[in-house]
Amino acid sequence: MIELRDINRIFRVGDEKVHALQDIRLTFEHGEYVSIMGPSGSGKSTLLNILGLLDKPTSGSYLLDGIDITSMSDNQQADVRRNKIGFVFQSFHLISRLTAAENIALPLTLAGMPPKQRDSRVRDVLESVGLTERAEHRPDQLSGGQRQRVAIARATIMRPTILLADEPTGNLDQSSGESVIEVLEGLNREGIILLVVTHDPDIGGRARRRIRMVDGRISEDDH
Amino acid sequence: MRLVDTLLYGAGNIKGSPVRTFLLLLAMSIGVASVVMLSSLGEAARLYVVNQFSALGTHLLIVLPGRSETAGGAPPLLGTTPRDLTLEDADALLRSPYINDYAPIVVGSAPVSHDSLEREVTVIGTSASYARIRELETAQGRFLPAGDYDRAPPVCVIGETLRKELFGHRRAVGERLKINDRRFRVIGVLADSGQSFGMDMGDLVFVPTPHAMALFDTESLFRIIAQAAGRSAIEPGKRAITEIIRERHEGEDDVTVITQDAILATFDRILKALTYTVAGIAAISLAVAGILIMNVMLVSVSQRTPEIGLLKALGASQDQILVLFLSEAALLSLIGAASGILIAWFGVFGLDRLFPAFPLGTPVWAYLSAVIVALLTGIGFGIMPAKRASRLDPVLALTGR
Repeated sequence: MIELRDINRIFRVGDEKVHALQDIRLTFEHGEYVSIMGPSGSGKSTLLNILGLLDKPTSGSYLLDGIDITSMSDNQQADVRRNKIGFVFQSFHLISRLTAAENIALPLTLAGMPPKQRDSRVRDVLESVGLTERAEHRPDQLSGGQRQRVAIARATIMRPTILLADEPTGNLDQSSGESVIEVLEGLNREGIILLVVTHDPDIGGRARRRIRMVDGRISEDDH
Repeated sequence: MRLVDTLLYGAGNIKGSPVRTFLLLLAMSIGVASVVMLSSLGEAARLYVVNQFSALGTHLLIVLPGRSETAGGAPPLLGTTPRDLTLEDADALLRSPYINDYAPIVVGSAPVSHDSLEREVTVIGTSASYARIRELETAQGRFLPAGDYDRAPPVCVIGETLRKELFGHRRAVGERLKINDRRFRVIGVLADSGQSFGMDMGDLVFVPTPHAMALFDTESLFRIIAQAAGRSAIEPGKRAITEIIRERHEGEDDVTVITQDAILATFDRILKALTYTVAGIAAISLAVAGILIMNVMLVSVSQRTPEIGLLKALGASQDQILVLFLSEAALLSLIGAASGILIAWFGVFGLDRLFPAFPLGTPVWAYLSAVIVALLTGIGFGIMPAKRASRLDPVLALTGR
């Protein structure tokens, strides 16, 4: 379970203060499927970054599975990020010189897992995203949809609590976007919290819970 | 993260930009190669001098007329001579139980002729013991005969070069030659023993001491070489010589006794210092290579900013990123050091072929220090870029900013 309590995030741009997030209060239960929509600059990405521990709130607290994360050290936060949070980016962020399998194994490698265990985990995940045949291909030998599925496999290999997807279909055509969303929804059915930030109302509308943001505030939270 | 994985990751990055890696390795290996080669040369020079000294003979003591002044004045080897060093002085040295043998030396230059051929060569007046102490061998005939100075016969022993020039293919032993209008009979030819301290041992004439004294019209000896009874007799022998000469020279300490070991130790120290100096100068090129590493790593950090952001998003800690980049720098310097050692090895091999007489060999410390210095510079200069990478803000890094 994830709980955000009165999260504020203020950026300083020159002399000006920009209130990117204002008093955000949110709770996500296990297995929830949430979409966050809103115009550019409404704070969607900032919220996502804070949920992903890539950014720190100016005030407020963030509880993940009952533990307050805001007060943790950088190294502890890195640990949490590795074990409990998965990211899926609009531009995939695969490392071009590594094969699909190596890209997927990266979180396990960082965690110091021996190669044998890594390989079997990677095989399982590759199968679940339907890319067993492509394991040894490099990103530039894969289609956009395939690349995003590799990225999803990498995001889920540590079996995280929450999967944060930032415009996961933004760089994809209709049909591969569809297949990527199906993979994500499949993972959600297995219990992972799926949080999708998107501009696309079709994709946002598929979520069971839809949050709208305007000017750093939550304007709608539709359960 | 496991060490193997860290290194593999770094190796992958290094392979990813071959041109940059090649240039970097070139700089690094030139640095390492010059350190190794220059220290090899320095070490070879040291060995060369040590060998030359050892070729002089064993347990040598050299007695020079004149006292070495430590306060101003002329340097030791050129001290003034208040009293001559005479043959009687030399003879008296044998009174000491520490002295086995001695040979007086008188040196001068004189024209040596046979038939119509004439050469100006160095003439050394000495005794039979000289050959024994200096471990000289004759190729033909024998060395100067032992016996009383008063009854020394007018004979000479010549070097191989001189023999060739004066006698060509004819037999030299038994022939007569003239030194400064005095007649000598050739009784031996030295075996070709090459150079000794720049003095061509082939271009010499040895005559009995009294004849040399007569030739150069002098009563004093240029020096005396004495041989101590053993290694442990060198120091007491030195004291005994000083004692004997002082007694004979009315209480004046007017000779200098040099031991071979002391000279050797001095040269050894000087040449070692020299070796370290040239190696140090060569190490400057290593520092330049280090700066190059820093530069390349900085470029690499800015090029790979999104990758660093991704690694952070995947849960890499600051320390992990730091270690990743440092190991890349270390890997680069290690490969650079390895190829540098290879280059140096070929260089030394080539030089060895060109100058076979020069005892070239690379000391182990040269390899070790080159590798260690290369690693330290690589890591040292890698710290700044690696720190920069580890401190990148993940959100900005992911967008490539």
